[in-house]
Amino acid sequence: MHNFLKANPQLIGDIVRLLEKNARLSLSDIASALGISVEETAALLKELEKEKFILAYKTIFDPEKIQKNRVRAVIEVKITPERGGGFDKLSKRIAGFEEVTSCFLMSGGYDLLVFLEGESLKEVALFVSEKLATLPGVISTATHFMLKTYKEQGIIFSTPSHFRLPVSP
Amino acid sequence: MKKHPVINSTEKIVPFDFRTKLPIAKHLSSIGKSSIRDFFELVQNQTDVISLGIGEPDFDTPWMIREAAIYSLEKGETGYTSNLGLIELRKLIAQYVSKLIGVDYNPYEEILVTVGVSEGLDCALRAIIDPFDEVIIHQPSYVSYVPLVVLAYGVPVIVETLEKDGFQLDPVAVEKKITPKTKAIILNFPTNPTGSIENEEKLQAIAQLACKHNLYVISDEIYAELMYEGTHRSIVALDRMKERSLFLHGFSKAFSMTGFRIGYACGPKEWIEAMMKIHQYSILCASSIAQQAAIEALLHGKKDMEQMVEEYRLRRNFLWKHLSSLGLVGNLPKGTFYYFPSIRHFGLSSKEFCYRLLQEGGVALVPGSAFGQGGEGYVRCSFATRFEDLEIAVRRIESWLKKIEKEGKKQ
Repeated sequence: MHNFLKANPQLIGDIVRLLEKNARLSLSDIASALGISVEETAALLKELEKEKFILAYKTIFDPEKIQKNRVRAVIEVKITPERGGGFDKLSKRIAGFEEVTSCFLMSGGYDLLVFLEGESLKEVALFVSEKLATLPGVISTATHFMLKTYKEQGIIFSTPSHFRLPVSP
Repeated sequence: MKKHPVINSTEKIVPFDFRTKLPIAKHLSSIGKSSIRDFFELVQNQTDVISLGIGEPDFDTPWMIREAAIYSLEKGETGYTSNLGLIELRKLIAQYVSKLIGVDYNPYEEILVTVGVSEGLDCALRAIIDPFDEVIIHQPSYVSYVPLVVLAYGVPVIVETLEKDGFQLDPVAVEKKITPKTKAIILNFPTNPTGSIENEEKLQAIAQLACKHNLYVISDEIYAELMYEGTHRSIVALDRMKERSLFLHGFSKAFSMTGFRIGYACGPKEWIEAMMKIHQYSILCASSIAQQAAIEALLHGKKDMEQMVEEYRLRRNFLWKHLSSLGLVGNLPKGTFYYFPSIRHFGLSSKEFCYRLLQEGGVALVPGSAFGQGGEGYVRCSFATRFEDLEIAVRRIESWLKKIEKEGKKQ
């Protein structure tokens, strides 16, 4: 890893703090918040990307405003673990589908929690019945459609901003 | 329907003159309206303003604290509490203060829960000041100290702090102002608006002065947790200081709970007892719901608080770096969420600077002159403002400064 980063472990924490709130901060803004040069900041971010500390910079939309026709569902999937590979091989196969937005191995009553997105109820239902459920090793699925988003990735949706006095001592 | 009677009179009605018929108490006349208030009116009437003029955290109160307040309402904990405050809260405060400054207080008789630090300060002063007693105050500092001394019939005596000393209070300058009438000294470190702290050596010297001249010390340490360099040191923790000092603290800044209005005073039981006399007749007790919320803050609020402090530190770096590169140069704040740069070389008074920046540039800062002697020539920029707004503010200030520099060259 970058020597500079090794010497300043707090920098990683600070970069996370800044970028997890706003990934669009400019290089120079990040640099001045960290108290290092723009060149050093650029090198650091490159390093973090290369080492896969940073995987992507994405935007959180309000799905009700932007993706009006998108349907989102969560599916509980029971699968049979394989000798040698455990859950990994089949899980990765499921995660590979374009329609799957997230996929987690879970403890408890089922094995995988799969998040899906599609154009319509029918499309999602078809994906589950034709592609997911038919995979060898998949024992059962239970599909739950999402109705409304209240909070996603730490962002609370449609909260009114409250009033602060514009100047106070 | 019966009509309201109308008095038919040809007599000319003389308007009631409040000032001559019912005069307001004389000592109030020396207290001016806070100049922050005038500025506030102006800001309020303007649209599209980014305000770095706000002296309160921009973070919402952590949810579990708000949730605790809701739960206390549900449980019906809405009656009066002990005058001193809920004993459970005072016990937690005792533990917290012990960790924060290393001084132990007895929650049964040495701690009073107040309606913010403001009320604590008011009670503290009224408990010890006889008419014309002098109280030493360092400036630039928070706008309430002088008026509260005057309201207690005392005489404020100002010691100016200077940028070249990092706005630290100079013990030599303090000693020069001590007279036989001096009763107390008010300290506020980290300081609003300068963001400065007092170094160990100077703190020791001031403590010695307090002992030598037998003075009370009132130490308002509301920004104690918001420190970016080193750890907070309280004068109260120094040798022989606990017996003559009052430690004032609260939940507003560190836990982002300004509207809950919960502060506390820790001090010798005689002083607390005297403050209690005022508090119990004027306030009775702090809000029961807010006290329950404060309990939750002390039990579980540490992580949220630390995260907020980390974010303030990054914003501080950001604002300091950008504004100083634009010519708004000042000391890197060691504590609080204020940056207090000089504006001297722009050739405007701090009031003119702020009024023009507001109207022409769309950014609100607070004129340094609002913070008393030594504040002229500076502006207070609060970084209790979200990053996105700090960015916009910096850009707007930059283009406005370019504009006034051009004007300066034309002349």
